[in-house]
Amino acid sequence: MDKALFEYLLRLGDDSLVLAQRLCEWSSRAPTLEVDLSLSNLGLDLVGQAQLLLGYAGEVEGQGRDEDRLAYHRDAEEYRNCLLVEQPNGDFAQTMARHFLFSIYRELLLDELVGSSDTRLAEIAAKAVKETRYHAELASDWVIRLGDGTEESHRRMQDGLDWFWRFVDEMFAVDEVERVLIERGIAVDPAVTREAFDARVTQVVKSATLEVKPSTWPQTGGRQGNHTEHLSTMLAEMQVLPRRYPEATW
Amino acid sequence: MSSDWPLWEVFVRARGGLDHRHVGSVHAPDAGIAIRHARDTYTRREEGVSLWVVRSNEITASDPSEAEEMFEPAASKIYRHPTFYDLPDEVKHM
Repeated sequence: MDKALFEYLLRLGDDSLVLAQRLCEWSSRAPTLEVDLSLSNLGLDLVGQAQLLLGYAGEVEGQGRDEDRLAYHRDAEEYRNCLLVEQPNGDFAQTMARHFLFSIYRELLLDELVGSSDTRLAEIAAKAVKETRYHAELASDWVIRLGDGTEESHRRMQDGLDWFWRFVDEMFAVDEVERVLIERGIAVDPAVTREAFDARVTQVVKSATLEVKPSTWPQTGGRQGNHTEHLSTMLAEMQVLPRRYPEATW
Repeated sequence: MSSDWPLWEVFVRARGGLDHRHVGSVHAPDAGIAIRHARDTYTRREEGVSLWVVRSNEITASDPSEAEEMFEPAASKIYRHPTFYDLPDEVKHM
């Protein structure tokens, strides 16, 4: 088994899956019907990406685990998502701050992965990048609308960015697993995209009359399975049905 | 809250060459987000290739109480229908 590739696919797939679950928590709770639909749509795009990535991960592993098995029968410490996506939704501005930072990171990453030497991964990236570009545009619109909105929306949007900024560095960190894959032309060196990320974020944040305040206490560990306490609570809810009734179908 | 946001009328072009047709309305705080809401509400199942939104209060409507004088006079003007003209065979698209 190509262990590094398996790990990398889990990282990509788990980012999608965990964020999808968070977004779908807004169902029936969003401020308006339109926003409810919008957030669920974003979530469903990510579920689709997770299916492809985790399905491929299961094939690479070769132990007979499909995407559902990987999604529902791994505990938090086996998840490889970054810490940003597992953080609770907070208010709508916080959810948008999280989605804004993640989608821009992810769009730039997928743009590069389209050229991966792993053709299957390149194909998945080509499909996902269009959806993700839309996510980044939508989230940017909201950051601007809320930042350059009322006094209250401005304050909440700035709070959201301030809170989530501590999870940004982790998305661009490279460990031994990724280094090997970067050398093989399979993975992307996120450092390549960091400059573009900072430029895009700064441009939107400026037109939103907000500011980026560098975090003094960056958080990492998700890629190695060291998660915040929020992930296991989220997974408990997400996994309860297939774990309680392993034969259930729907 | 949606009641704080203006209403926008949504028009969808189903495919190239067809007109934009009115499909419904959405609430949104600005035009850009109205387009996004229209996309997510009305084109999730490949219903369109182009969207228009327009502020509902920018539309001037005819007064329903004037419907009688507005529309009924047309009823007796049957000669306005082009069915009485003999068309030359060469004219294809009428």
